[in-house]
Amino acid sequence: MTNLNIILSIAKTHLLTKLKQTSIAALGVTFGIGSYITLVCFMTGLNTMLDDLILNQTPHIHIYNEIEPTENQPISLYDDFKNIFNVVHSIKPKLSQKKIHNALPIINYLENDDKVLGALPQVKAQIFYIAGSIELSGNLTGINPIEEAKYFNIGDYIVEGSAEALQNTDNGILLGIGIAKKMALKVGDRIQVSPINGGIFHLKIVGFYQSGVADLDAIQSFTTIKTVQRILGEANNYITDINVKLNDIETAIPLAKKIEQQFQLKAIDIKTANAQFETGTTIRNLITYAVSITLLIVAGFGIYNILNMLIYEKMNDIAILKAIGFSGKDVQFIFMSQAMIIGFVGGVLGLIIGFGLTSLIDTIPFKTEALPTVDTYPINKDPLYFIIGFSFAMVSTFLAGYLPSKKAKKIDPVKIIRGQ
Amino acid sequence: MSIVLEAKHINKYFKKPVKFHVLKDISFQIKKGEFASIMGKSGCGKSTLLYILSTMDTDYEGELYLKNKLITGQDSTHLSYLRNKHIGFVFQFHYLLSEFSVLENVMLPAKKLAEKSLQEIEHNAMQKLKILNIEHLAHKKASRVSGGEKQRVAIARALINDPAIIMGDEPTGNLDSHNAENVFNIFKQLSVKQGLSLLIVTHDEDFANKTDRIIQMGDGKILP
Repeated sequence: MTNLNIILSIAKTHLLTKLKQTSIAALGVTFGIGSYITLVCFMTGLNTMLDDLILNQTPHIHIYNEIEPTENQPISLYDDFKNIFNVVHSIKPKLSQKKIHNALPIINYLENDDKVLGALPQVKAQIFYIAGSIELSGNLTGINPIEEAKYFNIGDYIVEGSAEALQNTDNGILLGIGIAKKMALKVGDRIQVSPINGGIFHLKIVGFYQSGVADLDAIQSFTTIKTVQRILGEANNYITDINVKLNDIETAIPLAKKIEQQFQLKAIDIKTANAQFETGTTIRNLITYAVSITLLIVAGFGIYNILNMLIYEKMNDIAILKAIGFSGKDVQFIFMSQAMIIGFVGGVLGLIIGFGLTSLIDTIPFKTEALPTVDTYPINKDPLYFIIGFSFAMVSTFLAGYLPSKKAKKIDPVKIIRGQ
Repeated sequence: MSIVLEAKHINKYFKKPVKFHVLKDISFQIKKGEFASIMGKSGCGKSTLLYILSTMDTDYEGELYLKNKLITGQDSTHLSYLRNKHIGFVFQFHYLLSEFSVLENVMLPAKKLAEKSLQEIEHNAMQKLKILNIEHLAHKKASRVSGGEKQRVAIARALINDPAIIMGDEPTGNLDSHNAENVFNIFKQLSVKQGLSLLIVTHDEDFANKTDRIIQMGDGKILP
């Protein structure tokens, strides 16, 4: 367009002489975009943190031997009672062993699967922590500390000591912080534990474990698989659980089903185990977007309002411009460009404010017992949100400017000039 | 003498509040260099006629020729262009863009036409202001000059694209006799020296009597 310059210079003059209104309109966009970015970055940061909290330490598939009644009771195998309504009282669970049969070949098989990132064995045991005459019941889990740290981030929950220390110390124990407090123990001390079938073992404390869940921290401790097997007096093929981490979490459900069928074991996938959790994430996202879009719409109405007023004030100017040869389109363009300039300036300021606020929030200390790895409020500064925010600013100002500018286009100069 | 503006059988109706026949079969011509005025009582339709001639009002019957070309029925963008290039306007109220300087106001139609470079336009604008003896106001804001000066700025703006005709709707109606005299002399000079056609609607009998030709209107008709 040849007269773009003149149109823009008229738009600029209008905006600069009405600087107060212009800045209020732009500030509307600025706050809309700024709070959108702050809100989205903060909320998604929080969501990611909560996701990680669950996902990092939860296996994608957890394989174990479930103690449960047989699904097919003997009576159902007997053809004579086939079409009869049978009532069996006081069914007992099927007698089976806690350990996974042929655990080591299964682990080998899983690790050779392309979809599997890692399959880690665990041995779970019920024990007592002994302090003088007091016995505290608890769980002792045997793990491969290095692998566990690699795939399930156990390192994040070790508040003193390290996974390596556990690996390298014979008869070492990573004690739950709750137990340590109860028994006034520190790293380097020794603790006596006793499995339920008797005997007393001395273990050396190499570190403390804090998951954030107080009830869990009061009972749960970790040691190496070998140590647990020795305490329980079992052979080195005694494995009670296998935790599988996958490359793609979406493959968890089909793989879990396949494992259940193939090995006659219980396999729980993460989606089934944390169904309510996913719902929470979805709803939080929904609220974030609802609030942000409301903010932007309010900003859009602000622009609409101010442009409308501007056009009423500039009726005479519009009539003159049309009389001296500006077409309706030119006039529409003048007001559209004003809207877009407001949107652009407001949007850019909004991005800066959003960036500033998120950076500020990112530095605010956020210390909580529940999340030992988090020091500051979580922020997810994804550039995508900045792009979305800016695009929304431009789109909403375009729409807000379109209607008033269309009105300016249609103004009949004769009516204005004769009306005086 | 060539014909600048010609109206043939113009009829115009107001539809609101009731249908009213404002202009009845109006035909006339304006020749090059002619200084004509339209006179008539309030409500006789003279302003209405002027706005039809100005191409701003397109809701009429009949035919309108500008420099022997039919302009009735052209699309609004083209009409805007014609207005920009061939027609200059002076209104009763000064109608300057108050936020721009005097010079910018004068330059605006030429910038829109975009046929000349910015320096040329600025030079021309200064020249027009000089003709009207207001070059010292060039960089003042339009809202800061007096009424008579504003009217002269409006005339300078009307002249910037060297139009074929200048139309005025009571350009002296809002001015005292001294300023009215001034504006008339300017028009007269333009007509004589530059061969510009002028068509001025006025109430002012003294003003009209000094023009080359008076078109008397009454009840929507041109009186003989």
